[in-house]
Amino acid sequence: MKRTILCLALGTAAAFAATTASAATLDTIKQKGMLTCGSNPGLAGFGIPDDKGNWTGLDVDLCRAIAAAVLNDPSKVKFLPLTAKDRFTALQSGEVDVLVRNSTWTMQRDTQLGITFTGVNYYDGQGFMVKKKLNVSSALELNGASVCTQQGTTTELNLADFFHANKMKYEVVAFQSADETIKAYDAGRCDAFTTDASGLYSERLKLKDPDENIVLPEIISKEPLGPAVRKGDDQWFSIVKWVGFAMVNAEELGVTKANVDEMLKSTNPEVKRLLGVDGNFGESIGLTKDWVVRIIKAVGNYGESFERNVGQGSPLKIKRGLNALWNKGGIQYAPPIR
Amino acid sequence: MTLASESVANATAQPGVYVRKEPSPDLPPPLLESGWIAWVRNNLFSSIPNAVLTLLGLYAIYLVAVPVVNFLFIDAVWSGSNRDACLAANVGRPVGSCWPFVTNRIGYYIYGQYPLSERWRVNLTFVMAAVGIAWMLWPRAPLRVWGALYFFLVFPVSAFFLLLGARWLGLPPVSTNLWGGVLVTMVLSLIGIVFSLPFGILLALGRRSRLPFVRFASVVFIEFVRGVPLITVLFMSNRMLPLFLSQGMQPDALLRVIIGIALFSAAYMAEVVRGGLQAMPRGQYEGAQSLGLGYWQSMVFIILPQALKLVIPGIVNTFIGLFKDTSLVTIVGIFDFLTTVQVSMNDPNWATPVTSYTGYAFAALFYFVCCYAMALYSQSMERRLAKADKR
Repeated sequence: MKRTILCLALGTAAAFAATTASAATLDTIKQKGMLTCGSNPGLAGFGIPDDKGNWTGLDVDLCRAIAAAVLNDPSKVKFLPLTAKDRFTALQSGEVDVLVRNSTWTMQRDTQLGITFTGVNYYDGQGFMVKKKLNVSSALELNGASVCTQQGTTTELNLADFFHANKMKYEVVAFQSADETIKAYDAGRCDAFTTDASGLYSERLKLKDPDENIVLPEIISKEPLGPAVRKGDDQWFSIVKWVGFAMVNAEELGVTKANVDEMLKSTNPEVKRLLGVDGNFGESIGLTKDWVVRIIKAVGNYGESFERNVGQGSPLKIKRGLNALWNKGGIQYAPPIR
Repeated sequence: MTLASESVANATAQPGVYVRKEPSPDLPPPLLESGWIAWVRNNLFSSIPNAVLTLLGLYAIYLVAVPVVNFLFIDAVWSGSNRDACLAANVGRPVGSCWPFVTNRIGYYIYGQYPLSERWRVNLTFVMAAVGIAWMLWPRAPLRVWGALYFFLVFPVSAFFLLLGARWLGLPPVSTNLWGGVLVTMVLSLIGIVFSLPFGILLALGRRSRLPFVRFASVVFIEFVRGVPLITVLFMSNRMLPLFLSQGMQPDALLRVIIGIALFSAAYMAEVVRGGLQAMPRGQYEGAQSLGLGYWQSMVFIILPQALKLVIPGIVNTFIGLFKDTSLVTIVGIFDFLTTVQVSMNDPNWATPVTSYTGYAFAALFYFVCCYAMALYSQSMERRLAKADKR
């Protein structure tokens, strides 16, 4: 409760500060020649530095895409690693231009903190992992189970809601850090392990025998993760929003990093509008005609970025699931460019 | 003359009789009273309770040492290029530490995100720092005045331009948000250590000053800074300060943290030094005055040299604390050594059951080596300075 009050107080203070500081973010970025992007300090698949110190991940790719669209150079991004506690403060205070840090889009955050979400780049949700030998195939069979989870996160609340709603008994075994939690589960301190589904896959790699554990199909919470910007700068909001949509549209139209130059000659009117051969959509948001070409050349389309960072091209091997395109069984859907 | 030597003297008088001219050599003491057996018996098994305690102690060492050695060396995996090398299923035996996880990412631990092509600049800075520190700390080094000039003027200026870059030198700029790992830990602790001692001495003198304003200001600063956790100071300087400053007016994030840490440790240092000043007998102050020395002269030549010598353990204690406290900067998004290790543990290419243990073991080793080196140096310093007291 205390933390909520503190957050609100900070938010209010920031909202006042932000009203004066909302001068065109795009101009500031162009002037600095650098996009500042709030990122996760280290989350496998979303934002983590590799052994050479380069940031990689799904969220990181989106930042690079924005930099490619705005500054014509995906490397002109300054990543500012933020903890869960101070991520929104950093955005409000103008320390970062955009926050792409696997943040869940909720009404409270969208309306009370002086920030606004531009879209969803990953549909996540809380799930369970159990040992195969328990012979459990659904979370509804977990009555009486002990569940390992991390202390003080929303996962603990979602867990309580889920078991209460289904009139099941359970026992929480909570730990301070993610690492302790997965180690305790591996050592048999509890029957099930719960966290966001994307996290389940990366934590599973730390188990002694990953193949002896399965992720249950139930997702017990909605966690739409997406980028956020400060309120009050509509142009910047549009840019971040449409960079995300452009990557999804590119996947839908089959435009990839490899074939983007050939696609410039395409006769498909939708592709022509997307790549700026026809129409002038880039300039309407303060960029140039070929903004999408630059994005795709830098990071590829949404599907490519997904597979490279969290999907089959990465050790995490997360299936597309909800994040497949709307016409392939998922709910990733971008409004058309026209 | 004793009876025995008298009889020897009488014996020499009679010819043809064998006479021992020298005393026979001492027999070695019985084996049970000397050598390692006696040492063990006297020190470890002198009584039944002591023997029991010794055995319990040995058993405790056995319980800890065997698994540690097993984990760190015997069961360890020494080479590999990704997590597959450290999985028990692939190795076919229990796996201890996964050292390729450390060797593979060692560059990241040392330099953070410092660009690969520019890392020689960091190496050069480390070498320059090592030369300067050795020059300053080795009491018999030649030309120590030049050493001080080098360490306090030449080195900081050149390190500044080397690390940050300078167009006019042909060094591309590297902004501080790319710095990380050992580089950040060293920059923070070195600057913190070098600045905290002089600031701390001034504050300690200020607190004992007879001028009310100086005393009041020192007391307020020391008590305020000591009364606030370092995390709060860091959070205020890096997250709240930008709210109050206009955009574009914000000082560098690393600079804000450096200032925070230096001021913070100066307040602690002030109290350590004040302890030394209070231990000085009144006669020393009076003696200095009677020689006609002014305040600063008596402080610099009489009081401080003695007071600082007394509090070397406290000073080094503060330095070691400061060195380890630098790992708190992680909460404001600056990647010190420990953070780079922790972040690497999440790398899916290296995620295994032993990765985090290996990372923490390596981090512990690094901190221990650095802190123990400081402790050893302070001990040798104390021994050297204690010679004056033995006369």
